[in-house]
Amino acid sequence: MSLLRGLAIPAALILLWQGLAMWHDLQSDTLAAPREIILALGAALTGSTIWKDTADTFAAGGLGLALGFGLGAATGVLFGILPPLSRLMRVTVELLRPLPSISIVPIALLIFGFGYSLEIAIVAFATYFPVLVLTENAVRQIEPRLWEVARALDLSFAARVIKIVVPAVVPRLFVALRLAAGIALIVAITVEIAANPMGLGARLMQASASLRPADMFATLFWVAYLGWLLNWVMLRLQGLLFPATRGAPR
Amino acid sequence: MKASRQMFWFLASVGVFVVLLAGWQALADARLLPRAFFPGPDLTWRALQRGLASGDMLQDTFTTLRRLALGWALASVIGVGLGAIVGTSAWARAWVAPMFEALRPLPASAIAPVVMLLLGLTDAMILTLIAFGALWPMLLTTVHGFSSIHPRRLEVAQSLGLSRVELIWKIALPGALPDIMSGLRLGLTVALILVVVGEMITVQGGLGSSILLAARAFNAPGIFAGIAVLGVIGLVTNAFFAWVEKYALRWQRR
Repeated sequence: MSLLRGLAIPAALILLWQGLAMWHDLQSDTLAAPREIILALGAALTGSTIWKDTADTFAAGGLGLALGFGLGAATGVLFGILPPLSRLMRVTVELLRPLPSISIVPIALLIFGFGYSLEIAIVAFATYFPVLVLTENAVRQIEPRLWEVARALDLSFAARVIKIVVPAVVPRLFVALRLAAGIALIVAITVEIAANPMGLGARLMQASASLRPADMFATLFWVAYLGWLLNWVMLRLQGLLFPATRGAPR
Repeated sequence: MKASRQMFWFLASVGVFVVLLAGWQALADARLLPRAFFPGPDLTWRALQRGLASGDMLQDTFTTLRRLALGWALASVIGVGLGAIVGTSAWARAWVAPMFEALRPLPASAIAPVVMLLLGLTDAMILTLIAFGALWPMLLTTVHGFSSIHPRRLEVAQSLGLSRVELIWKIALPGALPDIMSGLRLGLTVALILVVVGEMITVQGGLGSSILLAARAFNAPGIFAGIAVLGVIGLVTNAFFAWVEKYALRWQRR
């Protein structure tokens, strides 16, 4: 019932849009009627190019996420276990963190040229800092008694990380991964829109530049759907793997 | 004692940053870093000085700041206003809020091609892009803030016979302020990213276009100088907002 109510207004808006478009016999380079957009989306999804673009975006975003998350989580664990190290690096981290990730596109462009590496580097940079901060906080909040256990058992540094830290922070690490995955998709598409001629972002820009509004809106809805799907899948996975985190911030 | 220790660690971490900069300089001097990409802090500093002296960089910075401020202000008026209406009305929450939630995961920059098609490569396009993108975090946090008023406060409002406007102004707004503030700050982060994206696409002046043009001219020091200024903008706006938040919410500390 609540789903139906939520759908009512968007559906009404779409019908109104279609009605207006038919009434005025819309012939436009900038707008398209819903019917045309749906037809364009259907045509795109039965073709192969949109799947290639989707795969490109997800490959670059995914690899960047893997890199940024891996490095971020490793640094976060290190900073969490060794507070002096974290304090020493504070100014450096706080100076780099507010830098908008997209602003390093030009320098990455000089280094890597167009292509996967450019996008992977930017996504990795964009996801590194949020993951670092979330992981460090997660390590900090480990139950103090676990540290006492580690001390009592005289665990080595490596054993501490593997046996105490990792099991304790895995659920919160997954939350960090979920948030970072959302950032990765957004950044990947942004890089494609701003500079990199590949993937879904470039597809959007091409449709816009060549005055094909139906194609453009179809791709836009596809991107919105993928963003929603990614979030839904990650939330589902989180609920399945770590039922205790269900109340965690979204 | 505690303050002096904090001071010690702060100075130590400034020291680490300086050492890292010196290391970068040493690597650049020893030609271990490719000069075409990593020009070293000295060249970056010189590019920054030259840019500021000639006035080009200053003008780009002002252009970017003006767009950032206008776009963000536009977004906050619409976002908080709409959020207040939706958040205080049970009807709107049931019928309209799900639409907002569904649109949330859409990357804001994906709107850029649409805005470009409608408005061309203009200043208005950049402003619209920023306003539209920065709107969502503000809208969603405001709706959340307004819809989580404690039921007892609503009862108080009812028994005092407050009108809807009075309810919003006297009860809902103060309660929702922390949420709104965090939305405004999130929106600012989004706005800073979008102003750079918009300027890169349109190349209508501003720091975003200047660093892209520097990249096309293989002028790495120019890029680093631009990135440094953007970093400072991000840092200062964030710090300013943290201060405003603390000041505006000082009554709330328990």
